[in-house]
Amino acid sequence: METKQAENTTQPQEIPKLTALVLEKFPGRVTARHTCLGDETITIPREGMLEVFAFLRDDKHCRFNLMVDLTAVDYLGLRETRFELVVHLKSLALGHRLRVKIPVPAEDPSVDSLINLWGAVDWYERECFDMYGLIFKNHPNLKRLILYDSFVGHPLRKDYPIHLQQPRVTLRPVRERYDYMCRVMKDPSETEQPPL
Amino acid sequence: MGMKPIMGQGEFVTTRLDSLINWSRKYSLFQYPFVTACCGMEYMASNASHYDQSRFGAEIPRFSPRQADVLWVVGTINHKIAPVLLRVYEQMAHPKWVISFGACASSGGFYQNYSVVQGIDRLIPVDVYIAGCPPRPEAVLDGIVALQNLIAERGPTGTSGKNPRQTKEVLTLSRQ
Repeated sequence: METKQAENTTQPQEIPKLTALVLEKFPGRVTARHTCLGDETITIPREGMLEVFAFLRDDKHCRFNLMVDLTAVDYLGLRETRFELVVHLKSLALGHRLRVKIPVPAEDPSVDSLINLWGAVDWYERECFDMYGLIFKNHPNLKRLILYDSFVGHPLRKDYPIHLQQPRVTLRPVRERYDYMCRVMKDPSETEQPPL
Repeated sequence: MGMKPIMGQGEFVTTRLDSLINWSRKYSLFQYPFVTACCGMEYMASNASHYDQSRFGAEIPRFSPRQADVLWVVGTINHKIAPVLLRVYEQMAHPKWVISFGACASSGGFYQNYSVVQGIDRLIPVDVYIAGCPPRPEAVLDGIVALQNLIAERGPTGTSGKNPRQTKEVLTLSRQ
């Protein structure tokens, strides 16, 4: 990876095809980029991201008609902007892929919904909201996809306590019962009434 | 324990009524499979002809809790589905028993996170725990035999205790 990035920095004229298209249309909009095994990745700011995605979908050299994946990453304590939205696109007509990353700050974790460009992002964005708490503006039905409504917080955020559970029913105490089971295992003719 | 037949010249059997009833109970265990995860495949394998649970009288799955004697909890139970499991258990008629099938149902397995119940005994009383991830069919058969022995030894209550009282408490818990 390091050697590849070094190549990218020393030979900036070798801009891969899709990145070049975006750079040409939106100069200065790509804040970071790299390629890996022939697949390109670009990072764009969330302001005006819909323009870029509309271009990627509709331009005749891009034609990204398939939204493959949409997810997020929490870089708590690792980066200045805490979250990053990651969108994977594929063109079924032209066969190429592109990964688009959008940094999202923790103070205002909201991004524009892509629902008007790719209908498939509906549940992906809901899951992303469920797990990371990102707010997708203009999403028609932004509620939890997987977890129950009484759940507080967003479990895939790095500051969610790792063992914190939120049961929906009161849990039984198990210690007394465990001791009872141990006694029964030793002596099956035990006649004592078991605890709850 | 259980029945102590004394075969006489005139072909008769003496026993106590309890033992006779328990004997018939333990050989007609209708099951309610509450299958939520990959252990279900192993459950099917042990129920199919190769291992053949029906040899132990525990053959027919009933997909109504009203008709079932044994609740098989097969797979990971998370907090989202916990009230459903509790409700199914409450809907079963007495006498009833619970088998916890596999590591996830018994203890949460390798999941210790925001979503998974750390063993279904945190929700309902369990009679037999079958270990394994997933359990071998032999282990499942061993579990059935263990449950049969338990029924023969302890009658309808199993280790679930005085069921009517207990179910009342479970009901109140679940409605909080």
